[in-house]
Amino acid sequence: MTTVGVVMFPGTNCEQDVAWAVKVLGGEPEMLWHADRTVGAADAVVIAGGFAHGDYLRTGAIARFSPVMEAVADFARGGGPVVGICNGFQILCEAGLLAGALQKNAGLKFRCETVDLRVETTSTVLTRKAQRGQILRIPINHFEGNFVCDERTLKGLQTNDQIVLRYVENPNGSLDDIAGICNEGRNVVGLMPHPERASEAILGSTDGAVLLSSLL
Amino acid sequence: MTAYEARIEVGHRPGILDPQGGVIERALPALGYANVSHVRVGKSIRLAVEAPDEASARVQVEEMCKKLLANPVIEDFTVEIL
Repeated sequence: MTTVGVVMFPGTNCEQDVAWAVKVLGGEPEMLWHADRTVGAADAVVIAGGFAHGDYLRTGAIARFSPVMEAVADFARGGGPVVGICNGFQILCEAGLLAGALQKNAGLKFRCETVDLRVETTSTVLTRKAQRGQILRIPINHFEGNFVCDERTLKGLQTNDQIVLRYVENPNGSLDDIAGICNEGRNVVGLMPHPERASEAILGSTDGAVLLSSLL
Repeated sequence: MTAYEARIEVGHRPGILDPQGGVIERALPALGYANVSHVRVGKSIRLAVEAPDEASARVQVEEMCKKLLANPVIEDFTVEIL
């Protein structure tokens, strides 16, 4: 059985949802506290959403200094699957494990709704069980999800097939409709939508299951 | 060693969307200030740093900006030693 480490910082609030979804999908969740210097027995790591360290200074800016992030970075460098959801995506960008940054939504609206996403590549740890072009209905819940990077970085992301998910209708001004990207090694993925909130029928959509089960 | 007070201003890089600045710019004409443009919102950080001289204080504060206080992807900064 695959063990999925779920990282919690003070202020993280989606860790139970991620752990539950992992369990429902047949994996074994293991909670990882931010002060730990290890990812434990994890075969894959998910950095759950929320407001790590209160989002002080910038989203993800302080979380990247937590001891667990060194272990996560080592794990990622060794090829281990690492996924950052929402605030986790912001943390991975601040930690330099993913390119770019996430700024305030254009229009200054906190967006909390279910949106359509298009799977752009299946060659990542999070989308290997999905199909290219597949449309997934998954909730978003963020104020800072507007992905931005310089032109050269964007070209790189496009050329290397590192754009993992795009919004069908852009809700936040995100560059090139980007909802999720991966690193060059394709083992680190960040996405603003919350697949754990779309992993059981009772939640209104099961479209997130294909993403999280790709980790298992 | 002297304590130098530094004022750091962190703002959006040119070309980076500043939705708050945009909202303020649209609100000011309602007060009669139709002549306002280029509104940008940033943050100001004050700190004291012990250093042998002002140049060294500045170098250290600029390092702090690059490593933590600003995100070079979206923000730039200016440092003033007071």
